Amino acid sequence: MNTPDLVKLIFGRLSLEAIPYHEPILIATFAMVAIGGIAVLTLITRAKLWGYLWSEWFTSIDHKKIGIMYMVLGIVMLLRGFADALMMRAQQAIAFNGNPGFLPPHHYDQIFTAHGVIMIFFVAMPLVTGLMNYVVPLQIGARDVAFPFLNNFSFWMTVSGAMLVMASLFVGEFARTGWLAYPPLSGLVQSPDVGVDYYIWALQVAGVGTTLSGINLIATIVKMRAPGMTMMKMPVFTWTSLCTNVLIVAAFPVLTAVLVLLSLDRYIGTNFFTNDFGGNPMMYVNLIWIWGHPEVYILILPLFGAFSEIVPTYSRKRLFGYASMVYATVVITVLSYLVWLHHFFTMGSGASVNSFFGITTMIISIPTGAKIFNWLFTMYRGRIKFDVPMLWTVGFMVTFVIGGMTGVMLAVPPADFLLHNSLFLIAHFHNVIIGGVVFGVFAAINYWFPKAFGYRLDPFWGKCSFWFWFVGFYVAFMPLYVLGFMGVTRRMNHFEDPSLQIWFQIAAVGAGLIALGIGSFLMQLFVSWKRRDALRDVTGDPWGGRTLEWSTSSPPPVYNFAFTPVVHDLDAWSQMKDHHAERRTEGYLPIHMPSNTGAGIIIAGFAFVLGFAMIWHMFLVAGLAFVGLLVTAIGHTFNYKRDYYIPADVVERTETARTEELAAHV
Amino acid sequence: MSDMHASSTASAAGQKLQFWMKEDHHPANGTLLGFWIYLMSDCLIFACLFATYGVLGRSYAGGPSGADLFELPLVAINTTMLLLSSITYGFAVLEMQKNQKGTMMAWLIITGLFGAAFLGIELYEFAHLIHEGAGPQRSAFLSSFFTLVGTHGLHVTFGIIWLVTLLFQVGKHGLTPANKRRIMCLSMFWHFLDVVWIGVFTFVYLMGVLQ
Amino acid sequence: MSTHVDSHDHHDDHAHHEDDAPHSTLKGYMTGFFLAVVLTAIPFWLVMGKVIPNAQTLAVVLLVFGAIQIVVHMIYFLHMDTKSQGGWNMLALIFTLVLVVITLSGSIWVMYHLNANMMPGMSHDMSQQVKNLP
Repeated sequence: MNTPDLVKLIFGRLSLEAIPYHEPILIATFAMVAIGGIAVLTLITRAKLWGYLWSEWFTSIDHKKIGIMYMVLGIVMLLRGFADALMMRAQQAIAFNGNPGFLPPHHYDQIFTAHGVIMIFFVAMPLVTGLMNYVVPLQIGARDVAFPFLNNFSFWMTVSGAMLVMASLFVGEFARTGWLAYPPLSGLVQSPDVGVDYYIWALQVAGVGTTLSGINLIATIVKMRAPGMTMMKMPVFTWTSLCTNVLIVAAFPVLTAVLVLLSLDRYIGTNFFTNDFGGNPMMYVNLIWIWGHPEVYILILPLFGAFSEIVPTYSRKRLFGYASMVYATVVITVLSYLVWLHHFFTMGSGASVNSFFGITTMIISIPTGAKIFNWLFTMYRGRIKFDVPMLWTVGFMVTFVIGGMTGVMLAVPPADFLLHNSLFLIAHFHNVIIGGVVFGVFAAINYWFPKAFGYRLDPFWGKCSFWFWFVGFYVAFMPLYVLGFMGVTRRMNHFEDPSLQIWFQIAAVGAGLIALGIGSFLMQLFVSWKRRDALRDVTGDPWGGRTLEWSTSSPPPVYNFAFTPVVHDLDAWSQMKDHHAERRTEGYLPIHMPSNTGAGIIIAGFAFVLGFAMIWHMFLVAGLAFVGLLVTAIGHTFNYKRDYYIPADVVERTETARTEELAAHV
Repeated sequence: MSDMHASSTASAAGQKLQFWMKEDHHPANGTLLGFWIYLMSDCLIFACLFATYGVLGRSYAGGPSGADLFELPLVAINTTMLLLSSITYGFAVLEMQKNQKGTMMAWLIITGLFGAAFLGIELYEFAHLIHEGAGPQRSAFLSSFFTLVGTHGLHVTFGIIWLVTLLFQVGKHGLTPANKRRIMCLSMFWHFLDVVWIGVFTFVYLMGVLQ
Repeated sequence: MSTHVDSHDHHDDHAHHEDDAPHSTLKGYMTGFFLAVVLTAIPFWLVMGKVIPNAQTLAVVLLVFGAIQIVVHMIYFLHMDTKSQGGWNMLALIFTLVLVVITLSGSIWVMYHLNANMMPGMSHDMSQQVKNLP
């Protein structure tokens, strides 16, 4: 075998050409990432933290630590995704009157694709999954999830997917197809390079993690609730988490399947979505939206749950209409599978099909509206405390209702024919995703942060963050509604009509305000850490919470609860407080816990290599990585010793320390 | 609630509510439920592939149709292999219930052999089709046919790998509760593949030859 | 009760019975196998022996046989009943079946109308035409 063949066998189509050294923006970004990365790595090495990180975090199967790692991943990726947003806003604000701006179409197209993919899959999903992972076991009085190892593995698969997207920045390029990669544009003929392959493999690798984590949390909620917690005594956040995970398990296989079909088209030349040999690109659009619509409910439902915890807590009242809240959630879960065609009314399925899906779409706004009224009635005559989580909640209620109403406008097929693919649509879905998911995540972070770290977040910077985000959102997206009504389409890197420019400039100012909001949030984290002693939460219940997670210490011990709680009422912890139930301080037993394992991170590492090798057609490496993955996975099943006992005296020492702390506090 | 500790005070009504368990609490094991949920998600992957076949299965692009290609006797033999492997897996489960490790493993091996025979016949069929110029690239119909049937075959392959792994584990550790649970999971997986195959031979092969 | 499925992979000192796998019997498996063989043989015979000349009727008959056989496998091989795992298995199955039906029939319905509207002459009922293309 001569050298070129050998090089091709090992490196596939990867060569030095793939490094985008001719793109100054990318080189500058790379330099920044490299310098920042080296600085962080050096600091970790200097502080000799690698061993600690490996044994206490990376290999941890503790749902709390995994939850926190998901949140960190989501926030880091938020910065990347938001950088893309700023570049797009800047480009569109200046690219008028013959000014080409600073982003050529080739680059601009990658940016809007990466922005969408990152924000949905690697920001919203990790943040939501992280919240559920952290909170659900605590809320149901469990010590961990049903499959702790799987939980760790799921997290690292999500990380591997995120790393593939990040790798595309500096090695090769990302897809130029939009975030759902419709064929035939994403087919081999139109996109022969690696961009779409990065897209496919990043999503497939992360999708495995998401599906498994969905299965895990369903089994946890079904099997591991504390004694006495019947389905209708489950906290609403747990209910919405259950429905979310049902949606994940039921929707992500569809994404997996449709991406497999697209990869087959690209790798072995099948004809599913090609224009020739009987292929039908619209079948891809049909299938991917069968996943795509449930996906938006996967993102929003957990945060509906979070708001349902926050509103009663800060209104000092029981949640209004618990049962209707549960039924609304279940109805949304089922209905979300009956509306997918509203994403492509203009495809041409005709009046009967469009009417059906238009009507189902309008129907789904009813249970959502019911939820809004439930929150309003909970607040009605409550003693409302406008702490930061409550600010985000009220901001959400106002903003989400507007987004919901523009959604109903788009649900009318004739209106959709005018508005589809316009900036109106962009404004609509940012209206519901920022107004719903992002505001919800920030509300939830502010609400549960003291539980996770033992100190509250600084309210001043929290309020700054809220107001910058809130005002910034309206300034950034209301102009897009206007532009959409004028018929301006999405995904353009420059415009000819100078009268439009002012609206884009306003939107860019809005994006700048949002940047200040994100900056304030980071500042909030830093300031709170500096002031952690002043903000310390000793009680474990800083807000006067109502559900079980507030009954344990902040942060909770590794075993969550020294004694499994027994539930008699929906607001279990409220009831305990009403009954002046005293903590048990004797009769400790050894606690059975799962042990840490490195198998998850190793298998996910192989998955990353497999994905990267497949993207670059390095089939030899891909084969080796697959074998490595399989062998590690099988090897892990030969490990039968996956648990240990925390001795009773260790539990007693931990709990006694807490007892003393509580006594000192009072 | 005899097993719960009395660390609570009297409620207004006077009855005592217990808020913490005195005993160690063991939540029920979730493996069988979790695995079932996994199977349901897998079922939806197949649903997509069936839907794709349903939409594209008559897009022959001037190429051969199912009536031209499918050899029903071969499919019948293949179906027989899978059905036999199902009942032999059933026998393995019965032996497991009687704690007969040796015979249990023998039945598992027989199951694996039937599975391998099924795969062999399927590979022969695929090779034959590709040789005739009716490969997956020929038309959307053939793309969806190969993908649907091939995905099922891939599942059988992983089932066999799992089965071999399980044989080693049972050989090493015996019929422990953990191993029994794994045998039951593989049982569900194996019978689930059977159910999918019913869909395949009905919807793809038998209905495919109708004109 | 012999299928001791314990509550944790890793520790066998607390036996839990509430969670056991279904108890299988030889009779159950043999009944299932017998029904499966019959329900497989009849459709193959119907098609290979060209018993029913009308293709549409035959297709419906085949689908009915397939559906019955799936139910047989579910009951006798997968041991589905309303009680397993506290009813959650059945609930999950029903939910999945609803989604399978939505995905299958929805896709076919949507795509059929699309083809009929956008590519007249290329729709499914005219597949003969496609077949005759060069």
